[in-house]
Amino acid sequence: MAATTDILAGIIPLTDSALLVAARECGFAEEEGIGLALIRETSWANIRDRIAIGHFQAAHMLGPMPIAAALGLTPLRQAVIAPMALGLGGNAVTVSAALFEQMRATGLIDVLAPATGGAALRAVVEKRRAEGMPPLQFGVVHPHSGHNFELRYWLASSGIRPDRDIDIVIAPPPFMPDALASGQVDGFCVGEPWNSVAVASGAGRIATVKSAIWRSGPEKVLGVHAGWAERNGDALARLIRALYRAAEWCGNPKNHAALAHILARPDYLGVPASLTVKAIDGSILGPFAPRSDIIFFAPFAGAATFPWQSHALWFYSQMVRWGQVAHTPAHAEAARRCYRPDLYRAALKPLAAALPGASAKVEGALKAPSPVGATPGTLVLGPDGFFDDAIFDPDKLDDYIAAQRPTLG
Amino acid sequence: MSTRLPSVLVVDENAVRAAIIEAGLHEAGHENVTIVADVKGIAAKIAALEPDVVVIGLENPNRDMLENLFQMSRAVKRPIAMFVDRSDRDSMEAAINAGVSAYVVDGLKRERVKPILDLAISRFNAYSRLERELEDARSALQARKIVDRAKGLLMRTRRLSEDAAYQLLRKAAMDQNRKIAEVAESLILAADLLGEKGTDGGND
Repeated sequence: MAATTDILAGIIPLTDSALLVAARECGFAEEEGIGLALIRETSWANIRDRIAIGHFQAAHMLGPMPIAAALGLTPLRQAVIAPMALGLGGNAVTVSAALFEQMRATGLIDVLAPATGGAALRAVVEKRRAEGMPPLQFGVVHPHSGHNFELRYWLASSGIRPDRDIDIVIAPPPFMPDALASGQVDGFCVGEPWNSVAVASGAGRIATVKSAIWRSGPEKVLGVHAGWAERNGDALARLIRALYRAAEWCGNPKNHAALAHILARPDYLGVPASLTVKAIDGSILGPFAPRSDIIFFAPFAGAATFPWQSHALWFYSQMVRWGQVAHTPAHAEAARRCYRPDLYRAALKPLAAALPGASAKVEGALKAPSPVGATPGTLVLGPDGFFDDAIFDPDKLDDYIAAQRPTLG
Repeated sequence: MSTRLPSVLVVDENAVRAAIIEAGLHEAGHENVTIVADVKGIAAKIAALEPDVVVIGLENPNRDMLENLFQMSRAVKRPIAMFVDRSDRDSMEAAINAGVSAYVVDGLKRERVKPILDLAISRFNAYSRLERELEDARSALQARKIVDRAKGLLMRTRRLSEDAAYQLLRKAAMDQNRKIAEVAESLILAADLLGEKGTDGGND
């Protein structure tokens, strides 16, 4: 019998902590001989620091955080790996009710067609500039976050220049609804349930969603201290299996109500289940959802927990784009290597789960759900396109980086 | 003047804790100490004060915002390094255990910063909220060990597989609407009272 291993993991109060929460609360960790304890943290900086000094063995992490650590952008030079993703999508861009009205006055806004909201926002931005008004302010949760990069991507592809036309500031996720209500920010890109909280209070309206900006786009990962992972390969494999089963449970519509109730607890999100359920069952997309194949948050289906190295490289390309790091072959390689599909595959082999055969894919190649080669059998992936139809081929990273600069104007 | 002690900005919503840190710094001869409770408008304050050292509690949710501010700052005195230096793991660990973090302007000598950090750590330890959080987590792990012992007991006395023992505990917990750890604890207690041997935790 496998010995039990105690694992202390940090989480931030967000719906996509669900996999870790379900692994603990529904017995999946227990069944793998893992004593999983979760600590709710107040900042991503705390998650990073407590992984670095070994308080936490694992954590709910922003996808770009292990890359930032690998590139020396964090205080302690300590390697963090991402052997698993914690789902796809799950974020939204919410704007103040006032800004939404101004945007809507310029044209129709379809939440699932980011170009419509982007064009409307551009019209508002240009009008403000012509009238000599200060730039709008949008909040994101961290400079090294999917939120920052997808918001900037959406703006730039819509002809709006971040940092000139719109200021981007950092605020903690649970503070976003209040910051919007009090007018400190005009919009934000954040994970759930904080968009739904802002909408429910009347302060915000959803302008678009991450899963429409980049279908099947990556978000959080399981961040693990590399040294611990090396010394505890078996425990890590068991944790990955527990999280995989938890993801499967979270992805089953029969369990959505139960999951929302668990996440609503004060030690997790502390937000009513009626709000947390919106991201889980997709009802946040409202009347738009039924006519679309866009899934707001995918915890399991479509290889949602596979740590694609193409995801790591896209995050890296955006870190270069926005001046966080210089592009060198060594940097790109360091970014790619902190995502570890090899560990994921090895851990899940005993489950006979269908796993992708490749470790990277061309992002934007799949326009519809498509069966791909997997071991064993086949696996349905995608669609994985960017809303502006751009293609990210990880084998042509240099070209992609060169083409995205200069950004605009 | 080069011998002037570094200026310190303390960001703390906890007025009592902030006051004792300020008092400690004054006692140590630091005259240039500023306390900020509300982070609203802090960018302008930092630009005006140009502090050498910024101290902020880990429970403050604005660390990410502050770090970004330092990164973006175009000021000459830019607090970029965290803690004393990148290699000083012990200081970092002591600070995190105490629930405090510090940002220091690049180039400031270690011996000038260390006393400030040590003072912040000792004062923060008085408010060891983080310690309590860790304690809660440890008790959760303790519960897990109790479940293991109960499983071992069931495996031996009822000749069950580990899985079956766990399922039995889980079912009892669900039927009684109690936590598994509570059921496990009652089981161990009952076994002890009845003189049942085999409540040791070894199951491997």
